[in-house]
Amino acid sequence: MSIAASWYLTLAAVLFTIGAIGLLIRRNVLVMFMCVELMLNAANLTFVTFARRLNDIAGQTAVFFVLVVAAAEVVVGLGIIVSIYRRRPGATADDVHAMKG
Amino acid sequence: MTQVLAATIPDAVTFVIAAAICVLGALGVVLARNPVHSALMLVMTLFGVAVLFVEEDAQFLAAVQVIVYAGAIVVLFLFVIMLLGVDQKEAIERDPLPAQRPVAIVVGILGLVEVLLLARGRWPTGARSVSGTIGSPAANVGLIGRSIFTTYLLAFEVTSALLVVAVVGAVVLARRPRPALGESAPPSGAVVMPDDAGAADGTEPDPAEAGTGETVRAGREQQSGPRADSEVTAP
Repeated sequence: MSIAASWYLTLAAVLFTIGAIGLLIRRNVLVMFMCVELMLNAANLTFVTFARRLNDIAGQTAVFFVLVVAAAEVVVGLGIIVSIYRRRPGATADDVHAMKG
Repeated sequence: MTQVLAATIPDAVTFVIAAAICVLGALGVVLARNPVHSALMLVMTLFGVAVLFVEEDAQFLAAVQVIVYAGAIVVLFLFVIMLLGVDQKEAIERDPLPAQRPVAIVVGILGLVEVLLLARGRWPTGARSVSGTIGSPAANVGLIGRSIFTTYLLAFEVTSALLVVAVVGAVVLARRPRPALGESAPPSGAVVMPDDAGAADGTEPDPAEAGTGETVRAGREQQSGPRADSEVTAP
């Protein structure tokens, strides 16, 4: 580690903030999903940074599990989005505020 | 080795370039109008994060990042975007919460400032887990494999169960709705109605175009009629 960990943590915080703001201001469900992926990547970057700083492999193992959970989440979430769009095309996040069909 | 905090020039240059790629890609994800552009910008951010993983001696995670995220997840996003055809612009004019966007930006920036203040000096305690230390960069895959298959074996097995549940759930969600076994023909027709509506939506432009064509033709005839009359009557 030749670069101070603060730089990585700052970058991760910036990425997480961009993802959170995007999740809040966008209405397209797919773009909101991508913003969630951005936030997950920021958390992964923090994990890897602390794994290197603390010299502990468990941080990288946590990132591995986060990747698997993100993949499963994307599969199920995109399935839900496909079913929503099949029922009502052109729906935004405000149109699906109720869980009834 | 961890005491070396002086940033060497190549590492610093790599970090700056990768960080710029990450931030620009993230801004592109949020600001792009077209969801396809958002997905491509997301790929850019993921590659930048993969470069930073290599920089932090996490070679295996960098490879997994490129393969799983850029190779599977973003491709899945693009498949869904292009299958659904949802690349229309967002309807901002009928926004039910007009104050949400500025408030979200303000709250997000406040959270960023707070996290940056925390990142200045508050470090974790440094307590070690039982997994082991990061050795040489060449042994990264072996170390992660040993950690997963010994210390975190139960979590790994639960992960496999999670993946199976996700696959089954995706198949159930993406399946077309079918009538139940006990139902007769009319409910099945009612169930099939969304598909018919979708087909009707797909075929709607043809009558609409035909109608506009007829009206245009009628308009031309109406225009040409008086014009002809005027031409006839002018001399």
